[in-house]
Amino acid sequence: MTTSYVGKSVKRLEDARLLTGQALFVDDVHLPNMLEVAFLRSSYAHARIRKVDTSAALKRKGVVAIYTAKDLGEYWQPGPLLVSPPPIKRLTFHARTQVALAKDKVRYVGEPIVAVVAENRYIAEDALNDIVVDFEPLPAVVDLEKALLPNTALIHEDLPSNLAAHVIQEKGNYFSIKDKADVIIKRDLSYDHGAAVAMENRAIVADWNAREQQMTVWDTTQAPIPIMNGLAKMLGLSETQVRVIAPFLGGAFGPKVMMFYSEEMLIPWISKKIGRPVKWIEDRQENFLATTHERGQTHHAEMALSKEGKILGIHDVFLHDTGAYDPYGLTVPINSQCTLLGPYHVPNYYSEFSVIFTNKMIVTPYRGAGRPQGVFVMERLLDLAAKQLHLTPAEIRSRNFILPEQFPYKNEIIYQDFAPLVYDSGNYAPSMEKAIELIDYKKFVEEEQPKLRAEGRSVGIGVVSYVEGTGIGPYEGAKVTVGATGKVSVATGVGTQGQSHFTTFAQIVADVLKVDIHDVTLVTGDTFKMNWGCGTFASRGMVVAGNACYAAAMSVREKILKLASEVLESPIENLELAESKVSVKGMPEKKITLGELAVKANPLRGAVKPGTVPGLEATAYFGPATGATSNGVHAAILEVNPKTLRVDILKYVVVHDCGKIVNPMVVEGQIHGGVAQGIGNAYYEQIVYDKKGQLLTASLMDYLLPTSYDVPRKIITGHVETPSPLNPLGVKGTGEAGTIPTASLFVQALENALDNPKLEIREIPMSPNRLFELMKEAL
Amino acid sequence: MKPAPFEYVVPKNLNDCLNFLYQHSETAKILAGGQSLIPTMNFRMAQPEYLIDINNLNELSFIRTDKTGGLQMGALIRHHQVENDPLIAQKAPLLHEVMPWIGHVQIRSRGTIGGSLVHADPAAELPSAMVALNARFKVKSKKKERWIPAEQFFVGLFATALEPGEMLVEIAIPAMPLHSGYSFQEYSRRKGDFALVGVACMLVLDKNKVCEQARLVYMGVGEGPVLAAQACQSLVGKTLTPDLLQQAAKIASQNDLTPPNDMHASSAYRRHLAEVLGHQSLSQSLERAEKSF
Ligand SMILES: Cc1cc2nc3c(=O)[nH]c(=O)nc-3n(C[C@H](O)[C@H](O)[C@H](O)COP(=O)(O)OP(=O)(O)OC[C@H]3O[C@@H](n4cnc5c(N)ncnc54)[C@H](O)[C@@H]3O)c2cc1C
Repeated sequence: MTTSYVGKSVKRLEDARLLTGQALFVDDVHLPNMLEVAFLRSSYAHARIRKVDTSAALKRKGVVAIYTAKDLGEYWQPGPLLVSPPPIKRLTFHARTQVALAKDKVRYVGEPIVAVVAENRYIAEDALNDIVVDFEPLPAVVDLEKALLPNTALIHEDLPSNLAAHVIQEKGNYFSIKDKADVIIKRDLSYDHGAAVAMENRAIVADWNAREQQMTVWDTTQAPIPIMNGLAKMLGLSETQVRVIAPFLGGAFGPKVMMFYSEEMLIPWISKKIGRPVKWIEDRQENFLATTHERGQTHHAEMALSKEGKILGIHDVFLHDTGAYDPYGLTVPINSQCTLLGPYHVPNYYSEFSVIFTNKMIVTPYRGAGRPQGVFVMERLLDLAAKQLHLTPAEIRSRNFILPEQFPYKNEIIYQDFAPLVYDSGNYAPSMEKAIELIDYKKFVEEEQPKLRAEGRSVGIGVVSYVEGTGIGPYEGAKVTVGATGKVSVATGVGTQGQSHFTTFAQIVADVLKVDIHDVTLVTGDTFKMNWGCGTFASRGMVVAGNACYAAAMSVREKILKLASEVLESPIENLELAESKVSVKGMPEKKITLGELAVKANPLRGAVKPGTVPGLEATAYFGPATGATSNGVHAAILEVNPKTLRVDILKYVVVHDCGKIVNPMVVEGQIHGGVAQGIGNAYYEQIVYDKKGQLLTASLMDYLLPTSYDVPRKIITGHVETPSPLNPLGVKGTGEAGTIPTASLFVQALENALDNPKLEIREIPMSPNRLFELMKEAL
Repeated sequence: MKPAPFEYVVPKNLNDCLNFLYQHSETAKILAGGQSLIPTMNFRMAQPEYLIDINNLNELSFIRTDKTGGLQMGALIRHHQVENDPLIAQKAPLLHEVMPWIGHVQIRSRGTIGGSLVHADPAAELPSAMVALNARFKVKSKKKERWIPAEQFFVGLFATALEPGEMLVEIAIPAMPLHSGYSFQEYSRRKGDFALVGVACMLVLDKNKVCEQARLVYMGVGEGPVLAAQACQSLVGKTLTPDLLQQAAKIASQNDLTPPNDMHASSAYRRHLAEVLGHQSLSQSLERAEKSF
């Protein structure tokens, strides 16, 4: 029997631990003598800090220390720029990064000003009320469209305006074809702010051990290794003196890869300063005020088409809201700019964007990471063009798909990974055909919809397509070790937030080493176990870390066979690796187990050949040249109550191509979760700031997440497999596939349901309240 | 999000409770199911010095009928008890229909009817239902006991007619008249949310099918339960027709209500929903009342 796990819906190995409460989360870390921290956060969106008086708070019993920006001395520095701008010719970028504690000025509601360290969180919060801050309020910059007007307050006063960046990218020449177009569709489109709202808020425990001169940090980060490296630098320690552990995380979705958060800079520093373990657990209100948000763009877009519905070119100028700082560089708007092009052949493209500082929370990637905005623009323009040209949504899309023979397809413009945007492989028509079939498009439109309309019901259908840039570099690593019991351990540097790494990486390693998957244990996110790597983001875990696991397992396999060849005195070609042992082909009694080999690979006496590396162990790295491009089609049928405008999704179909599938169940899980968040984006969720920059949605009462009642019970999925040529496993990422096109689909189907030629939706989210207003205008 | 320091007190019986409440009327808060009070304390919007836990007071935990067939309930009856009690389903079917709209199962298994009424959230279901049902509330202090009609109990945003030292002990709901019909309609963004707009309705007909009494009480559109007085007026003394009901819903939404404007819904949208839901609830009530003949 040869074990084979890849490609099967292997049940998750981590679930037993998670479901029985045995998995470690940061808040489970309880250390003797531990202190807790609470932050005084700005109640103003924009104000000068005249004075901070902490004297009364310091007198409160149980308060151990209080820090303001001044108390940090030399340690007070703007945080590092996480992502520098890509090498684009026409680019301006002003890096202004967040600080540990606001010094002279606050730039958004929630910005930390004072850290109170106390015996417990209750006392720390009591002490917050004793602190007096003398603010001089400044006008808040909230409206994206007005932020660049002359005489607007400056958020960063050393800059000439609130412009953070300006980028132009071009492919072909839009202006040369505009006059030849039969149809021009021109619209303003906007996509409002939303937040990830992971179930687990952020959390940090830091423990400075003076005897060992060792700093240990438990952090809800998606990027433990960069945190280790950054902290070592900031604290003046060597990298080996810092251990960062990202244990199980209750969801992350992007905001937990942002670094360094103020709290991440401070908590370890405080522990070192005081010499006691220190904990900070973000509460739900803080999560809205202190964890980054996303979305927030306004596009002025134009599409030129031939009368057959072929795209001749696109012209798009957009504003991107980066909030008060821009530590994540241009990742989000560049993703919007690039992903807008989708699975379509667009010969001419002019795209220009301005990134704007506003007095709001910092914007960094959240599942989708700029892509939903780009896709929204493309899909809306196609919808409108289709209406004008009397084509169905599927027809106009299919006419513009890049053809299989056009791959690798060069989009020429530069992507977020600094390389020109190239689609590695793809075959788009089958995804569309499958989706149309699964939603039963023809039957719905020809038979069901007319009947429903006659009954007075407003039921509509939609279909959209998209690409998902995944699996970008630079690299990840993995260390695979076979021990004396024959069990295999795998260590990788990526953090884990629910993606099933413990299962899928084990599937890959078990297949290479021919062991039972239950004999493979995985460690992720502990820098003492693996100290090279980047983190989990951009749907890259499987592509980059998965292939590193594969490479390391292959090296170990080579070592196994070499050693077995010596022990069994038989050439490698005659050996067979199966069921955790090596045997000589045709002579099953001549065999040795992996455990026995592991012992032999680590001799205690005698000599080894010079150059021998002990143990059945190998570390390998994988870094793809460019990202792998997944794609897919979503289709849905939804119903609107014409009186109340409540929307119910009746059927939801996702057909997705993420290359070779390691575990179909896990891919479907990713898609289901992503669709739920997409539905949230489309219909329920909205971060609302008032005119003064006050955050009105700072609780789960006001920020409406879809619940299990609100997402479709069943999401019908179909798979197409077009392997990526860029990695040995042929895989592509799938983390964001569910979220990217959902809002675009939602509004298309909504318009179809309401069947009012005057109704045109040009914004996300589309709440019933907003729909009511649009319906009034469309009367 | 941790509460300010407080003392936790567990009275053994109602007398002890009232005594303590009398001594500390300005600084003590009663803890019932805690589903509203605890979040408010965690946000530090409420900072009581004493928390009087009444969960052990069995005296406040009863459901029974009186001689006239009316219902009597102790303030400590949990939402889920109301929801699942066969006597309530029979005697006050409106209440039975309202309950599943309150939060989720978890909240209903702890939240109490008294807590919900005293909390007086303008978008809560129970206050409006009680006004529609002509309920009366028995309130008690160390010094006195009195009855307050539901309509007079709710005096503003999160405000009631309770005086310092007083607590709610009992809710009485009169027997349903012979020819009556009822309905509850609500629109909320998600299942379990407080109402964006909701309405509780009772119609009572005389033996000639003439409308004797109409109670159309909204939630989510004002500072507390809003009785749509003009709309009700337009129905009393008349034989009800679909047109009349349609018109009454319009009167309610246009004349009786001034719905708030907030980020979840504009005043105009709430008004629109009030008309839609008002009409649905009146129609269903009439249909049910007519079945009694
Ligand atoms: C997620 C969530 C969703 C919810 N959704 C809804 C909803 O859709 N609709 C809805 O109506 N409610 C909803 N609620 C609130 C819920 O119904 C509460 O149970 C109710 O508002 C308060 O009841 P309680 O017993 O928990 O009171 P507590 O929280 O214990 O007390 C509330 C207030 O009443 C006072 N009090 C309590 N009992 C008495 C008494 N006998 N005499 C005098 N004062 C008293 C307390 O001092 C306090 O001020 C929701 C709550 C949550 C957490």
